[in-house]
Amino acid sequence: MSEIPAELRYASSHEWAKNDDGTVTVGITEHAQDAMGDLVYVELPEVGQVVAAGDEAGVVESVKAASDIYAPVSGEIVEINEALEDEPELVNNAPYEGGWLFKIAMSEETDLDNLLTADQYQAQIESE
Amino acid sequence: MGHRTALYDAHVAAGGKMVDFGGWDMPINYGSQIEEHHAVRQKAGVFDVSHMTVVDIAGAGARDYLRHLLANDVDRIEPGRALYSGMLNERAGVIDDLIVYKRDNDYRLVVNCATRETDLAWMESQAGGFAVDIQERPYLAMLAIQGPEARATLAGLLDASKADAVNRLKVFGFAEDGDWMIARTGYTGEDGVEIMLPNNDVVALWDQLLAAGVAPAGLGARDTLRLEAGMNLYGNDMDDGISPWEANMGWTLVLNDRDFIGRQALLNQQQNGHAELVGLVLEGKGVLRAHQKVILPNNEEGEITSGTFSPTLGKSIALARLPAGASGKVDVEIRNKRQPAQVVKAPFVRNGKAVYKEI
Repeated sequence: MSEIPAELRYASSHEWAKNDDGTVTVGITEHAQDAMGDLVYVELPEVGQVVAAGDEAGVVESVKAASDIYAPVSGEIVEINEALEDEPELVNNAPYEGGWLFKIAMSEETDLDNLLTADQYQAQIESE
Repeated sequence: MGHRTALYDAHVAAGGKMVDFGGWDMPINYGSQIEEHHAVRQKAGVFDVSHMTVVDIAGAGARDYLRHLLANDVDRIEPGRALYSGMLNERAGVIDDLIVYKRDNDYRLVVNCATRETDLAWMESQAGGFAVDIQERPYLAMLAIQGPEARATLAGLLDASKADAVNRLKVFGFAEDGDWMIARTGYTGEDGVEIMLPNNDVVALWDQLLAAGVAPAGLGARDTLRLEAGMNLYGNDMDDGISPWEANMGWTLVLNDRDFIGRQALLNQQQNGHAELVGLVLEGKGVLRAHQKVILPNNEEGEITSGTFSPTLGKSIALARLPAGASGKVDVEIRNKRQPAQVVKAPFVRNGKAVYKEI
């Protein structure tokens, strides 16, 4: 059973979002990295890029396939995890810690309400 | 639920992530495809390839039949040796690629599982006029034990006569011991053997191999290993609309000692020219994948047929079908951006080392 921290919010496209005073850290879930297998390449957005919730904001590629990453909330990209350029496997090894992808300065606080809770996300992956 | 090999429960017990592969429930990996890949390059790994189809061809007409059916010539080898060949249609399209093992009195073919039904139907349809008996052998399991330590580790687990065979076999040689056939062949670019043995024997051997430290390796690692080794995957790199000339299989053709199915089309294509299957090493960002477009400096185009990240090289590599004579730098279109790549002669990796040459 994969880990789904209760304090995070989730997109149905398998990103997690963690809000710290309006700055939202984004990554992919334990379940998503497990389904993809070993990651070998991560393409991140540019710092300063403005995204709307649901926009493509990056790509993660495993040995077997590429998968788009969507911004879970609207806002400006303020930081990216540059360590992933050389160590994409961080996403596999620590999807909720060292394997985070980017941070968004959130423009619409209410975007968070449209995301799933841990229980709702759990129910989604069980029904997949 | 798909077909299951005799090792299905053993795969699940080893943590195998089971996926559908040509109607079979097979392990894609046992946790980490990349670790399994490295285990085969550096030590030893074992693959369950029991889903592959084993067909025995016997009868007084077997030799003549196979010289008609296959684009490579079974007369090139002595009994106890194996040969790689395409089986072509009249247009020289590859119906399947296979290994033929020449025994004293008959032949054994190992063909792909996804093409099993078309292969068997084609083989039957071409048997008229030949005194042959074509028999599938579903009671046989098949293991590929591959890696620099594979033969030594395996030999330590077998009785004296089988161990002797494992130690003495030459590359592409095989030996039989009771119901077992042990061949020094593989699909990884490493040393190793493939063993066909009764379903009833395979679980015990699998368990012994794992206990001896041989890593169970799934279809994912099998694909990255074969691509590094520059070996084709049927359905990706060639199919029944692609000829051996266009699939880097010209070395398997024996054109001028007999007639065989597809020969005239091959001769025509040889004269008129054809695309080529070459290697690519990505210099830009991303991962090369099948069906990405390749753009040459003169704006001619080609297509990637298989692409992946190479765990051994730490770069992305691919096989691509390009216009004849392509060389040097090309661009690959990845998510609407052009990324530079170098045309190379495959294989990319042999016996753990980078061996590709720029062309």
